[in-house]
Amino acid sequence: MASELNKLTIAEASAMLRKREISALELTRDCLERIAGADPKLNAFITVCEKEATEQALQADARLAAGGETPALCGIPLGIKDIYATTGVRTTCASRILENFVPPFDATVIERLRSDGAVFIGKTNLDEFAMGSSTENSAFGPTLNPHDTGRVAGGSSGGSAAAVAAHECLGALGTDTGGSIREPASFCGVVGLKPTYSRVSRYGVIAYASSLDQVGPFAKSVRDAAIILRTLAGRDPRDSSCSARAVPDYERALTGDIKGLRIGVPKEFFVEGMEPEVEKSVRAALKTYESLGATTAEISLPHTGYAIAAYYLVATAEASANLARYDGIRFGLRVNAEDNIALNEITRAQGFGAEVKRRIMLGTFALSAGYYDAYYLKGQKVRTLIRNDFERAFEKCDLIVTPVAPTTAFKLGEKMNDPLTMYLSDIFTISVNLAGLPGMSIPCGYDSKHLPIGMQLIGPPFSEETILRAGDAFERSGASKPRATAI
Amino acid sequence: MNREAYEAVIGLEVHTHLLTRSKLFCGCSTKFGAEPNANVCPVCMGMPGVLPVLNRRVVELAIRAGLAAHCTIAPYSIFDRKSYFYPDLPKGYQISQYETPICKGGYIDLPANGNGESRRIGLTRIHIEEDAGKNIHAESVSLVDFNRSGVPLVEIVSEPDLRSAEDAGAYLRQLRAILRYVDASDGKMEEGSFRCDCNVSVRKRGATEYGVRTEIKNLNSFRYVEDAIEYETARQIEMIEAGKRIRQETLLWDPIHKETRPMRSKEYANDYRYFPEPDLPPLLVSAEMVEQVRASMPELPADRRARYVREGLTDYEAGVLTADREVADYFEAVLPGLENRKSAANWVMTEVLRVARESDKSFEDAAPPAREVGALLRMVEEQKISLNAAKTAFAAMVKSGNSATKTIAELGLAQVSDEGAIAAACEAVLAAEPGKVAEYRAGRDKLFGFFVGAVMKAMGGKANPKVINDILRKKLANEN
Repeated sequence: MASELNKLTIAEASAMLRKREISALELTRDCLERIAGADPKLNAFITVCEKEATEQALQADARLAAGGETPALCGIPLGIKDIYATTGVRTTCASRILENFVPPFDATVIERLRSDGAVFIGKTNLDEFAMGSSTENSAFGPTLNPHDTGRVAGGSSGGSAAAVAAHECLGALGTDTGGSIREPASFCGVVGLKPTYSRVSRYGVIAYASSLDQVGPFAKSVRDAAIILRTLAGRDPRDSSCSARAVPDYERALTGDIKGLRIGVPKEFFVEGMEPEVEKSVRAALKTYESLGATTAEISLPHTGYAIAAYYLVATAEASANLARYDGIRFGLRVNAEDNIALNEITRAQGFGAEVKRRIMLGTFALSAGYYDAYYLKGQKVRTLIRNDFERAFEKCDLIVTPVAPTTAFKLGEKMNDPLTMYLSDIFTISVNLAGLPGMSIPCGYDSKHLPIGMQLIGPPFSEETILRAGDAFERSGASKPRATAI
Repeated sequence: MNREAYEAVIGLEVHTHLLTRSKLFCGCSTKFGAEPNANVCPVCMGMPGVLPVLNRRVVELAIRAGLAAHCTIAPYSIFDRKSYFYPDLPKGYQISQYETPICKGGYIDLPANGNGESRRIGLTRIHIEEDAGKNIHAESVSLVDFNRSGVPLVEIVSEPDLRSAEDAGAYLRQLRAILRYVDASDGKMEEGSFRCDCNVSVRKRGATEYGVRTEIKNLNSFRYVEDAIEYETARQIEMIEAGKRIRQETLLWDPIHKETRPMRSKEYANDYRYFPEPDLPPLLVSAEMVEQVRASMPELPADRRARYVREGLTDYEAGVLTADREVADYFEAVLPGLENRKSAANWVMTEVLRVARESDKSFEDAAPPAREVGALLRMVEEQKISLNAAKTAFAAMVKSGNSATKTIAELGLAQVSDEGAIAAACEAVLAAEPGKVAEYRAGRDKLFGFFVGAVMKAMGGKANPKVINDILRKKLANEN
């Protein structure tokens, strides 16, 4: 009978590791075993790092055995979205164009986790270059939802969400540009946190849309998310957009006390087209909050309706430049041709998938001579309006609660031929990125198909402590009990 | 064709490397001449996930260049991405500044030309950007060296104020001198650290409208700039005279066939899709920072030239000496201990500059150490050697690299001022030429020179001529 240490939370495992009740090696082996059993069905991982993870676990055990202060993440197996540069381990971004790319450097957050002694169990699947909401746009095939393998895991960080939900690892890293952490977290029934833009360094995170991309954790509990965030956050001299603001001990914010917390409920987020069960579940969660001593009030975010349009102008414009470097010259795929220009064109034609090409074309168009003002600039102006909406709202409330997505996990292939419908999956998450705010998805219930429903907590810039405290208080209330995955 | 009926309208875009040790957005060395791809890292190779971090020194040097050219320094400017594909451009875009350059306006004063006219050439802007790598085309493959990728540049854009190839040459030389003065750039064209694009159009003299312009790209020597403008101006006038229209296009200068030819349209992008660089915050320059940079600036060439005139040199001398900072610095290093500034100036302008001109080495390497030239001139002033002896010694020093003292000693050029020895020689000469002495005393004053020459000859050319004069005059006058 397997010990199933992989089912522990980080907080639990960390305590046991430090008491030497379990070893990092045992913990890592249980995760690897689970991956061997479950991942052929889920496809959450692009690369499983069995050898490296085993070595890292042994090193963590040595460090734990030496005693003294050890970081909370020492010996904890984590899944890493395959968008983070990892020295010596290929980093594909789920694209043919980077299929065999092995970075010579670590992303800053990888470096930080490494020095804490974390174990990198593998690189998780995603929508190619983080462009998508279902992890179906992966050159390595889609990731399936552990609650129903006929359904998507969400995206773009679907691999990380599914891996944590299925206990293939204890926590994971994702990135969130328009909802890519929160939506899959919601679909897979785990906690997913997108911190304030600039809270965490982006160095070594393969860029999709630079002014929107943000690093964040997936976890089985809010406490675990707090533990991971503490290691991730903080100034990085290699990222000039990264904040120098001091990093609090997020775990200490989890007091369970949210008395007097003012929760705003934006009326624009409870719209037609939303599944009634989703709305019902989020409304019930709001009642729970009231019972815990918080107050709720309706607020308005009037420019919400323009968020998706603005996002697809700004994000694709930035992406069109960010992805120009995949030219077949220095790294990644090269398809030879008669001259440099043809080489570049053929390499990109063969290396990129359909959605990536669609977004590069959209962004190139939005920036072309004569269109800049009408598209990119206007998108940026809408962004300012959306930010102002939130600023005004936060004069009246401390936190905003919304659904994460209008639906629970949809069926594989259901939206693949209709990009616009797919884009609407992010309708509740995108404005948070446009405004640069922190947002967290936590499970708040299940629908009649036993699919998880997520609730989104949004706060003002750098209010991660408030968000985590509120999320943790909800978790403690027991209003929504996590259910075992189908797989 | 009547060329005189037309005038050229020329604007120049100069790209020059800034003198920093590390690159614009990463810590890699900017040193020229390293093994290909030795000075590279993930950032300047444009690896996935990397981010730029601005080098503060670049901002200081750009401000220096701006202050030296009388620009306004923008308190707020941003960086932009300029997108185009070329194998030597690792990110597929260049980080540059588009609508908000760090320096705006300004001007460069050109020294007086042959007609005695001095000119003020307006600047549009100076902005910071990164350089690309370098393609190397071998027989069957193309290679790319990324050592230059990310090296900091400023682009200095002039107003269309130049009217001839000569103007353009004078502007470039003055600009280069100024940048070198303030240590912003080494201006080394042979290392590609000073390059120029020329916008050229022609119009009928007196017209106020501009003609259709062409752009000649990537000229890396003053000669090419002048030749290309000369050629392009003539070509455009010929076209117009023949009733043809000038096409607005991008050209390359072919220095072998001495002609401009159009670039293939594939070789340059026409839509750079500029947008603000999201990876870099706006560049904020405080008034304090500008003042700090101003306080650290060395004397500018125009100021130095004015000072030299105040100190007694002619405007011409001051102009020649200050045209290049190295020469002016050299001149000032020759001066200590010398009474006669003018003779030092003459010496540097004639002897030293001639040696530098005739050598294929740089001025610094060709000229003997300034303190040795100073020592040599001091010996002339102290009458230890004659001016002719100094010239002989200088030529020897250039060849041998020896000190002035050693050279004078080795060549036996020291002047004899010992009155006893000279008096003895004088007496011997006068005794040997009683007839001439008598003639002189009878009024043939011209014979004095003969006596001096004879004494000098007897002394082997090393006697102090002033002492000879004094003694001879006394002896010829007294003994009557």
